[in-house]
Amino acid sequence: MGVIYVLLTISIIVAIIFFIAFILSVRNGQYDDIYTPSIRILFEDELVKESKEKSPVSTKNNQS
Amino acid sequence: MIESTCFHCGNDCGKTIINFDQKTFCCNGCKTVYDIFSTHNLSCYYDLQSAPGAIPEEIKGKYDYLDTHTITEKLIEFDNDNTQIVTLYIPHIHCSSCIWILENLHKLQPGVTFAQVNFPEKNVRITFNTEQISLKEVVILLSSIGYEPYISLDDYASGKKRIDRSLIYKLGIAGFAFGNVMFLSFPEYFEISEYWLEQYKYVFRWLMFAFSLPVVFYAAQDYFISAYKGLRSKILNIDVPIGLGILVLFLRSTSEILFDLGTGFFDSLTGLVFFLLLGKFFQQKTYSFLSFERDYKSYFPVAVTRITKAKQKYERKEESVQVYDIKQGDRLLIRNEELIPVDGILIEGNALIDYSFVTGESESVTKTSGDKLFAGGKQVSGAIEIEALKSVEQSYLTQLWSNDIFTKDKSASFINLTDTVSKYFTMAILCIAVLATIVWLSIDMSKAINVFTAVLIIACPCALALARPFALGNVLRIFGKSKFYLKNADVIEVLAKTDTIIFDKTGTITTNKKSKIAYQGLQLTRDEESLLKNTLRASNHPLSRSLYAILAEQNIYTLDDYQEHIGKGIEGKSEQNTIKIGSSSFVGNQNESELLNTTIHISTNDQYKGKYVFYNQYRKGIKNVFHTLAKTYNLSILSGDNEGEKEYLKRILPRKTTLLFNQKPNDKLTYIKSLQQDQQKVIMVGDGLNDAGALAQSDVGIAISENVNVFSPACDAILDATKFDQISNYISISKKAIQTIKSSFIVSFLYNVIGLYFAVTGQLSPIVAAILMPLSSISIVIYVTLLTNIYSRKLEK
Repeated sequence: MGVIYVLLTISIIVAIIFFIAFILSVRNGQYDDIYTPSIRILFEDELVKESKEKSPVSTKNNQS
Repeated sequence: MIESTCFHCGNDCGKTIINFDQKTFCCNGCKTVYDIFSTHNLSCYYDLQSAPGAIPEEIKGKYDYLDTHTITEKLIEFDNDNTQIVTLYIPHIHCSSCIWILENLHKLQPGVTFAQVNFPEKNVRITFNTEQISLKEVVILLSSIGYEPYISLDDYASGKKRIDRSLIYKLGIAGFAFGNVMFLSFPEYFEISEYWLEQYKYVFRWLMFAFSLPVVFYAAQDYFISAYKGLRSKILNIDVPIGLGILVLFLRSTSEILFDLGTGFFDSLTGLVFFLLLGKFFQQKTYSFLSFERDYKSYFPVAVTRITKAKQKYERKEESVQVYDIKQGDRLLIRNEELIPVDGILIEGNALIDYSFVTGESESVTKTSGDKLFAGGKQVSGAIEIEALKSVEQSYLTQLWSNDIFTKDKSASFINLTDTVSKYFTMAILCIAVLATIVWLSIDMSKAINVFTAVLIIACPCALALARPFALGNVLRIFGKSKFYLKNADVIEVLAKTDTIIFDKTGTITTNKKSKIAYQGLQLTRDEESLLKNTLRASNHPLSRSLYAILAEQNIYTLDDYQEHIGKGIEGKSEQNTIKIGSSSFVGNQNESELLNTTIHISTNDQYKGKYVFYNQYRKGIKNVFHTLAKTYNLSILSGDNEGEKEYLKRILPRKTTLLFNQKPNDKLTYIKSLQQDQQKVIMVGDGLNDAGALAQSDVGIAISENVNVFSPACDAILDATKFDQISNYISISKKAIQTIKSSFIVSFLYNVIGLYFAVTGQLSPIVAAILMPLSSISIVIYVTLLTNIYSRKLEK
């Protein structure tokens, strides 16, 4: 029956990991602008030639 | 003739089409931008959206102040070694092409290492290498491709803005706890008395308790704070029963699990907080690219050019100076289309000042050397030199902002509908709770405390508290879609209560773009018309340009002689014919007319011919708007302009309309104040800085704006000028929305009555609470959202 404790612990740890991920993403400013990324994601394919040099879009630069 | 539009900006190409690369352009500016993009393999810009561009503006010398280190220092947010980061506000950002081209800026200029657009806020964050490019060059680069940044004194003064994300955190925490508590309480909903569930239920219960802790003490703290504040100022606001409900829920649940009496109501508790916060989040619709708190600072430039005299008399030096540093006696150079930042005296040049934004006068005024110029005017013909008389803070215009009205917070004194209702509601449930407890004390002592807490729990006005935020939040979004932007949801409620509307004239009910021009006098011959057009062609005066634009097409030829007499008019000569265009006395008109409208008089070969009269062009639908509104509202027009249009306005407007002219900014403010003292609720509709005081004083200040991205004075709402004819619809929708909220209150009372039945009879089990609470909340949300959507259908999108 101890298995219930194991399962409970695991499920809560998983839940808390996602919760922390959420808090971090808010803190990094991912929720400040929820419109532009939806457009930006469509660009990548249309870029020509040297597009690969473009640095990945990082949100870290945003003020936190 | 085939109508062709510009490939770059989508404007009508007019008469001078430029063909380039098999495409048509309206001007050289657009062609150049296209050329820049195509040589850098960026023509993809035009694939994402057709005609996304803007005509690049003439910016020569405008950004010289960005060379001054002390000024740029304030604008740049990050500066390390040779990397700098700056965030620039670019009003033109409007489509996906804009995002694409700005984020590919590094292909145009390798010095730019990274650029990221924030579309809702219309700004771009640019990281650049100072060894390769300076801030000034970045700004010039942006301007050259039609994305001129808007840098105002506001950017200079305000530091970095902190974004308040606490509501998202709270919502996240409440949602997280709500979901988990729901799972954990599921077994007990069905009361399965299986052996192993019995054994583990204590673990489950304490886990639920743990999850509810952050919800009560962090996510719900606003409700406690607001309830406490309300009680201290003796107001029973809606947060009092909410806070009480949350507290009682938590205490009773904790004691239940502590003494093994039951599961408690942790599911209802977390659910309640989650829904309440959701409502708050929904109501908090902000238009991040608009600002409702603007004052003169966002209208003024950061810096101007100061002329300093060197020791030798004729040697002069120009330098950029921050406007706050302008001292009395400084010589300033104001270029064409630049703003006069301080009160001053004109020293040199032909001043033609457009004060329309400051005073409401529609016509630009000519000033000659020695005249006094007021801050806020815009120079519209060539460069001038002025000598500063005062510093920025002491100027006439900026002093307007020292009026008390700008520091008073309107929302503080406003008690909203929910709080009004909640006063009676809270009293009622407290009475019921006490009565029920007394009754139960005489029947069954052990149940009395249970009943008392159950009443407070079930009466927690979740549905009541949600009706308003969802209804108003929805209306806010619908208005936003049809270009009527409100500062917050309270504005809708105030709007529904108003009974008086006051309009400004210039720029509000008239358009500032086109004026109607009519000719009165002797018929001009064909030669004369041709001469007139060609003479006007040479002039840069705004009136000449608008007259030029409406005259029929003529052959272009060079004049033999052309002279401009400042403040009087222009003179042209071709072969034997001479023409004089300008003021009445200049052309030698004997019969002085009494018309107050702007006129241009014409004489040929010293013989008076006639005049062109400029009429204000009123917005389309103005007659309809006024006649519809007159049924339910008192209407007035307050104008800073002269009485020239009085007769015309009298003719087209409803008879009751009050017309007042020559109103100074302060007169408008006092007029509104006097109406408010007669218990009238006033809407002020205005546009310029001259209305700023009136907009702040009125109950609802609506700023009309031709382009919502550029400056509009501090107000409660911004209305796109094209939607002016919809104004009565917006007001009637607001009224309907308030009715919807009131009717939803009745529905939510019914839910409370059902819940109270369970509570008073002592039958409130966790499962009843867990069903009733979400059910009532969700049905109310659906009810108000649907109704407001139905009412808003008549708005034209």
